[in-house]
Amino acid sequence: MTAPNPEFEADCIRRILAGERHLFHELIRPCERSIYFLLSSLLRNEAEAEDAAQETAIKVYLNLKNFRGDSQFRTWVLSIARNEGLGRLRKAATRREDSLDAETDEQTGDYTPAILTSWREVPSKALEREELGAMLRKAVEGLPAIYRNVVLLRDIEEMDVRETAVALGTTEGAVKVRLHRARALLQRELAPRLEGFAPKRKGVLGWFR
Amino acid sequence: MRIDCQHVWEYISAYIDGEVDADLRAEIDKHLETCEICSAVLDSTRNVVVLVADGRVFELPAGLSERLHARLDRELELSNSS
Repeated sequence: MTAPNPEFEADCIRRILAGERHLFHELIRPCERSIYFLLSSLLRNEAEAEDAAQETAIKVYLNLKNFRGDSQFRTWVLSIARNEGLGRLRKAATRREDSLDAETDEQTGDYTPAILTSWREVPSKALEREELGAMLRKAVEGLPAIYRNVVLLRDIEEMDVRETAVALGTTEGAVKVRLHRARALLQRELAPRLEGFAPKRKGVLGWFR
Repeated sequence: MRIDCQHVWEYISAYIDGEVDADLRAEIDKHLETCEICSAVLDSTRNVVVLVADGRVFELPAGLSERLHARLDRELELSNSS
């Protein structure tokens, strides 16, 4: 994620509205990842998410004069992306249980973590193994939509709680609950399987197993 | 007040994000000193969060940015001529 830069954004927006349209490329570039991954999480289809991301960028451009600056620019952009995604979901009448509207925080579930008695850290270096990345992606993609969206914005795009809540049209409390549950589900799914990616322990004689 | 494992699990996410108040943090830390299960649950959860957030796990599809800006160029041109 690229950190938001409100001064740069405000200056850019002023100049774009004054006619320097080409600057829109620079304004939207830092938001591209967040737009795409939010839409990909909502729509679960790479091609459709890409098309929706392009539509979102165009809508942001066409509505730029309506940006009031009372939220961060990226938050506003992601609200537009979310509306674009939800509009497409409704139009396609995609499986109802996977639409944002159909899922609530009241759904009951078991969020007990995987119980372990020790943990050997899996270093980021292990991501050089493609199978690990694939396993992590699959686990995130397998989360119910309301949890997946929050993980993507909070943990992957590193947005704060407030920004995430505004972008998803929910409350800060709901973001925290969902993130907690999402992490518990991910830990339960992944922890037992990550074992094999931890560095080997030294044996009693100091040799690697 | 002694807190139990279940209680610790409820606050793991907030603990990782530094969002528990000082008193609760102290209680949790005290519990973690003697509970290897909660320590392992906390460490594994934190590890999972770090791994999932790594930029290599979720990458933009190849060429997505180029295609997006090409489409924007066409749009900017259209709005220029209108």
